[in-house]
Amino acid sequence: MTDNTQTESKFAVFWKKNGIITITALVMIVVVILSYTNNSVTTEAVLASALRHATPLVLGALCGLIGERSGIINIGIEGQMLMAAFLSFLTSSYTGSIAAGVFVGLLTGGLLGLLLAFMSVRLKVDQIIGGTVINILALGITGYFYQAGLTTGGKLQPIAIPLLSDIPIIGRVLFDNPPITYFTIILVFVVHYVLFHTKWGLRTRAVGEHPRAADTVGVNVFKIRYINTVIAGAIGGLAGAFLTLEAVGSFERAMTNGRGFVALAVMIFGKWTPLGSWGAALLFGLATAMQTQLQFAGTIDIPHQFIGMIPYLLTILVLAGFVGRSRPPAAEGIPYEKEG
Amino acid sequence: MSEYVLEVRNITKRFPGVLANDRINLALKKGEIHAILGENGAGKSTLMNIIYGLYDPDEGQIFLNGEEVKIENPHDAIARGIGMVHQHFMLVPVFTALENIVLGSETTKGTTLDLASARKAVLEISERYGLPIDPDVLIEDMPVGLQQRVEIVKALYRHADILVLDEPTAVLTPQEADELFVVMRSLVAQGKSIIFITHKLREILEVADTISVIRRGQMVGSTVPEQADRALLASMMVGREVVLQVDKGPATPGETVLEVHNLTMMDERGQVAVDGVSFDVKAGEILGVAGVQGNGQTELVGALTGLREIAGGHFTLRGDRFGVKEEFRNALEKLALSKLYKRIRNIAVGVLVTDLLLAVIFSYVEASPRFFLVAKLVLNTLNVLSVLVILPAVLNFFYQLFTSPEQIFGRKPTDVRKLTELGSGHIPEDRQRDGLVLGYSIADNLVLNTYYLAPYAKGAVIQPEPILERAVDLVGKFDIRTPDALTHAGSLSGGNQQKVIVAREFSRPTDFMLAAQPTRGLDVGSIEYIHNRLIEKRDEGTAVLLVSTELDEVLQLSDRIAVMYDGKIVAIRPAETLTKEIVGLLMAGEKPHDAWE
Repeated sequence: MTDNTQTESKFAVFWKKNGIITITALVMIVVVILSYTNNSVTTEAVLASALRHATPLVLGALCGLIGERSGIINIGIEGQMLMAAFLSFLTSSYTGSIAAGVFVGLLTGGLLGLLLAFMSVRLKVDQIIGGTVINILALGITGYFYQAGLTTGGKLQPIAIPLLSDIPIIGRVLFDNPPITYFTIILVFVVHYVLFHTKWGLRTRAVGEHPRAADTVGVNVFKIRYINTVIAGAIGGLAGAFLTLEAVGSFERAMTNGRGFVALAVMIFGKWTPLGSWGAALLFGLATAMQTQLQFAGTIDIPHQFIGMIPYLLTILVLAGFVGRSRPPAAEGIPYEKEG
Repeated sequence: MSEYVLEVRNITKRFPGVLANDRINLALKKGEIHAILGENGAGKSTLMNIIYGLYDPDEGQIFLNGEEVKIENPHDAIARGIGMVHQHFMLVPVFTALENIVLGSETTKGTTLDLASARKAVLEISERYGLPIDPDVLIEDMPVGLQQRVEIVKALYRHADILVLDEPTAVLTPQEADELFVVMRSLVAQGKSIIFITHKLREILEVADTISVIRRGQMVGSTVPEQADRALLASMMVGREVVLQVDKGPATPGETVLEVHNLTMMDERGQVAVDGVSFDVKAGEILGVAGVQGNGQTELVGALTGLREIAGGHFTLRGDRFGVKEEFRNALEKLALSKLYKRIRNIAVGVLVTDLLLAVIFSYVEASPRFFLVAKLVLNTLNVLSVLVILPAVLNFFYQLFTSPEQIFGRKPTDVRKLTELGSGHIPEDRQRDGLVLGYSIADNLVLNTYYLAPYAKGAVIQPEPILERAVDLVGKFDIRTPDALTHAGSLSGGNQQKVIVAREFSRPTDFMLAAQPTRGLDVGSIEYIHNRLIEKRDEGTAVLLVSTELDEVLQLSDRIAVMYDGKIVAIRPAETLTKEIVGLLMAGEKPHDAWE
């Protein structure tokens, strides 16, 4: 079998692994260019909106996969986002500082991550229950303390990067964004690098696949799980801060509206990898943006309920059709216990 | 500098209710292979886990090169040059060999993992010690022998001077074991020291320099291979003269109870594990299946108990048939390949083509409507007939395309309850996984396959009293050592767990008893007990199929012996005509023709 792989050229190997994705990407680029020549303003708007819709999903998916790669299932992303959205909104409206708001968002997410880690590593609570606890907690607390009529000290404003933002299509879409959106794009690559090219990443993946093997070579399973879950929580918190401080500018009850769970789907869809999740989130964001655009345009005579289904139908199609079997980390959800 | 690289003194370790290690002393010289022999549960693994820092000893000291050390965790052990190859490999299946080897001792360039230099180091080690591995292959794609090699390289990569090999040969074929012994020799020749844990006497005498025997948590003594033989080691191991001779009279075989016909089974990876096996078992005889572990026995047992899907062939138990129906397919193939059929088929094809041409011609021809009516009738009849004639050939073509008809028709799993009701009993290979519900009481475990029958159930309602009564009765009869019948099965010792299974299966009338590794991991007392029970069953007229990797067990109990190798039964003969040497050769895939012909 080894002989076989060696005789195959590098291109063939690459093609086998990424062929469908490459074709899809090429087709999409062609479509984008064609529609840009046809209607430049709408195309840019749709693409920009796709990126905006994708950002909280990417952050949520990163939150999920950092935890799950180390063996902790986090279905509390929704709760982490909501709680962070609420507290960062409160902070920024009382202090008037958006930066303080973002910081509190990160902190809130991190603390909820710590809570999840404590429940699942130390108390060995079923992790699904742990995540549900966080979701219910966040929904209850934010709903109870919510005050109507508060406003923030403004939203995070787009920062146009000189020169780069003047490139057609790409410039407007990629280089004229508010800070959290930029940060998210960078974060995707940072997490990819850390997960697959550093010591920490190797250990994290080992702990998520076979914790006892990691333990026998002296890797501290508990420490890795704690730290990963806390960092993941902070990223989930950033998604919350994005919603109130960058996207909407105010807080509403249950404003995350299921994004935390969509983020989980995006993560699975991206096969527990940052780049894959990013692609999945962009696809989902694009579908959402197009759906909105189609409803506004009103040129097509289809009931809007059906148009509203597009993103979800697309997800099902892609999940069922193109993405092969994705395999979760083998030890996820199982509390690790030392012997003796 | 002490003459010993590793010395443990008075190590004691208690687990709840068990004294696993009782003041154990052990001294390992530099450059020797020190074998530690003991029965399962004697405390060998506990001792090794203490040396490797996985357990804390309750008492005792450990010395490395004459210096007292405290080993808190595996990290400590590794730092002090102790490497361990665990019985269950500690490898991440979805990582490459290289990633597994460097895990925990990674080299980095800045923050980036430096796999390139690690690869170089690994290849150097594998060259130096004669352990060829491909560092970039995923562990899950490697055979077990190679995985073990990766484990050894992993320890050497961490500069281990003392290697602990915990039952390394349990998962290996004899040939792989021999290769391992060569590697071990080369390692000690280069100054490493090895602790080699096993309970197989042959291996010890072959490879060890020093032998220490542990029994029930205590060190019984040490010896060297030159002064020892199997009998001596065996008696040291179990603590008394071992008379593993079972009293049994000649068998009186009756009618055939189980008939296995051309059975084919796949393993988890979709490879053929049992390859067209046929045999039968008669009432009142014990058929023993011998073979090295992993030659298809597990899959065979899975088929006969209904726990695995049958890929091809079938078996009949007292005339009831289980498995794949192949008559139709075989008949079809025979028909499709017969000369006569082929001739008729060719005519039919000719008729169809002709009809087609005629239909085309007719559309240009003018004639009376009545002619067309008749012509149409005749042609259509011919067409239908021809299609019918061709149909078997077409079906056969599709059958040939697929490897088995189940891929077209789907599978029908074996009805396990029907098997049980037909009088089939089963002592499973893995008693904790397939034999008992560990969280249930003994009483509930005893009615696992009869709970729905009177008197244990009235309609849908379980009746606790009769269940408990029966349990109390069986606990007494089968000598299950337990506080009471409501104790959880999981808290019993291995021997007593096995007795619960034996009690359940032997206390109901059975015509067929399948005993898979019935004495694995049991102490000598329990082994004798179960052997005697099996003989008793045979004498009551039950057909017994004994599947065991312990050659001695098969030879002692069986009336006929079948040897499995590579998924096939390579020989099946009366036990009297076989010697241990012949069966051993057969198990290794050799064909000792001159020995018995």
